[in-house]
Amino acid sequence: MSAQPIYALYIINKSGGLMYQAEFAEEARKLTMNDHLRLAGTFYGLYAITSNVTPTKGTSTGLQVLETDGFRLQSYQSPTGIVFYLTGHPGRGNYDHLLKQIYQLYADYVLKNPFYELEQPIHCQQFDAALVKLLKEDLK
Amino acid sequence: MASKNARLGEYTFNKVDKVNAEIFVLTYGTIVAQMLEDFDDVNETNKQLDRMGYRIGVRLIDEFLARSGIGRCKDLKETADNIAKVAFKMFLGITARIENWSADEKEFSVILDENPLLDYVELPPSIRTSLWYDNVICGVIRGALEMVQLSVDVAYLKSPLRGDDFCEVRVTFKEYIADEVPVGED
Repeated sequence: MSAQPIYALYIINKSGGLMYQAEFAEEARKLTMNDHLRLAGTFYGLYAITSNVTPTKGTSTGLQVLETDGFRLQSYQSPTGIVFYLTGHPGRGNYDHLLKQIYQLYADYVLKNPFYELEQPIHCQQFDAALVKLLKEDLK
Repeated sequence: MASKNARLGEYTFNKVDKVNAEIFVLTYGTIVAQMLEDFDDVNETNKQLDRMGYRIGVRLIDEFLARSGIGRCKDLKETADNIAKVAFKMFLGITARIENWSADEKEFSVILDENPLLDYVELPPSIRTSLWYDNVICGVIRGALEMVQLSVDVAYLKSPLRGDDFCEVRVTFKEYIADEVPVGED
């Protein structure tokens, strides 16, 4: 099966600020930092709205899957309020396992770094390297 | 459900990396001794241990959630059960019990029949009734729960270092923290 790549990962904090953003495929369009910030903010807003418009009485998560013929987007919100979302090739299946593993990598390389301040932008080289490794292995 | 959590605790405990217990116990003991020396005040030391625990807790919660795969708890009882059966097992290798629920079901005690942090520890008489040696645990619980929007007070009630049979940590639920978290509240 030919590689169906992940295009990008975004991590948003509880207040909707962009903590981390990375692109993994050369064929993805290059965006500026401002674009990324705007995209993240928009997605966060979407996520908040979609979790509040649930027609059922119970609680609901926000937007989890978005599919277009150009890409598939899938999100995951941790119980602590951090939102991770991935965009990738539309032909791919589910990203659930990837999102779970990225959450674990976050818990390891970001949170266990004592000099990382919570909710702030992530600048951890080990996290970057681990992500690249994870997504490369996933392509196989 | 109770045994399901116990199994999850066991499973997660087996999955995670282990560290030498002696190093851990020695490190912690050094921290407490150093704090007592630096602050020269038992109450201040208790407070600092709690604050240290808080800082650990706010980070530990994501580790706990990511590794155990546990999602939102339906109610405080489920939270308590997860703390005792899964979290304590995962991080300290011990299984705690939940007892002494208050009538309004907003308070409970976490009972530790064994506590590896306290092995080999004997408190000098001058601080035996005032120092809570492993007060860091209270901070950890408080910090961790705050990150999942539960505001709680956590305090030590009993300790074998004071002659009691077991450790008892009292957790009092205060309120849900209405955050900007978009997902509906528990």
